[in-house]
Amino acid sequence: MQRMENYVTLEFLSRSSNEGFARVAAAGFAAQLDPTLDELGDIKTAVSEAVTNAIVHGYPDQLGKIVMKLKLLENNTLEITVRDWGKGIEDIQQARQPLFTTGGEERSGMGFTIMESFMDRLTVKSTPGRGTTVTMRRRISARIKR
Amino acid sequence: MEVTATYRDRILELHLKGELDHHGARGLLTKLEREIEATLPAELVLDFSGVTFMDSAGIAVALRGWQRMRELGGCVKLYHVAPQPKKVLEAAGVGRMMTVQ
Ligand SMILES: Nc1ncnc2c1ncn2[C@@H]1O[C@H](COP(=O)(O)OP(=O)(O)OP(=O)(O)O)[C@@H](O)[C@H]1O
Ligand SMILES: [Mg+2]
Repeated sequence: MQRMENYVTLEFLSRSSNEGFARVAAAGFAAQLDPTLDELGDIKTAVSEAVTNAIVHGYPDQLGKIVMKLKLLENNTLEITVRDWGKGIEDIQQARQPLFTTGGEERSGMGFTIMESFMDRLTVKSTPGRGTTVTMRRRISARIKR
Repeated sequence: MEVTATYRDRILELHLKGELDHHGARGLLTKLEREIEATLPAELVLDFSGVTFMDSAGIAVALRGWQRMRELGGCVKLYHVAPQPKKVLEAAGVGRMMTVQ
């Protein structure tokens, strides 16, 4: 268990207009770690993938609750959890494969692959019919104090 | 997101402006397909100079364009791609399939 230094919890409805909001909120919270522009871009991208998945796949034909937790752990580590109480995933290992998608042609099946390559760690927990929790961690490089 | 299309010398150019995520990309695939069918270009240019953010929604758009242009015997070029969208394209392996500048 890593010690928690700070946290923020956000609850929002699964509307696509909240994708941009979730990204900006995560970037705002991460700002206290003094990340580079590049690191901020990675965080925003990973959050966008996780939140879009909850909106598109978690709640395909209804609106539902999404909770995003932002935590600052010791060692300059940011932990982001995105949770939905929607459809859930039958086979997580298969879902994490590049190009695997149950979505239509607007989806490329690259979301989990992007989260994995942009973050240090990705954990996916899911129960069909009960929902999905995605947890990501990213250590922000220490920069020389100006 | 805002999309403007121009067609000249068998080159179809789509100028994209805004955030290319699931929310912003709504209708973009249809628009892309319609423009390609209407002009049957030899080259498709996606101008990314106005794209401030992109996630996997942009991958689907680029791949759709690539697929249709390949059927037409043409090619796809992505111009003025900022570091963030570029990194996403590379992570998805799309950077190897088309010209990204
Ligand atoms: N929150 C979720 N609830 C239910 N199913 C999910 C959830 N997240 C992912 N999935 C399942 O995992 C698959 C893979 O997700 P991934 O993000 O990698 O690709 P995608 O969303 O289909 O396409 P892309 O992210 O490239 O637009 C999805 O197609 C979906 O079946
Ligand atoms: Mg996805």
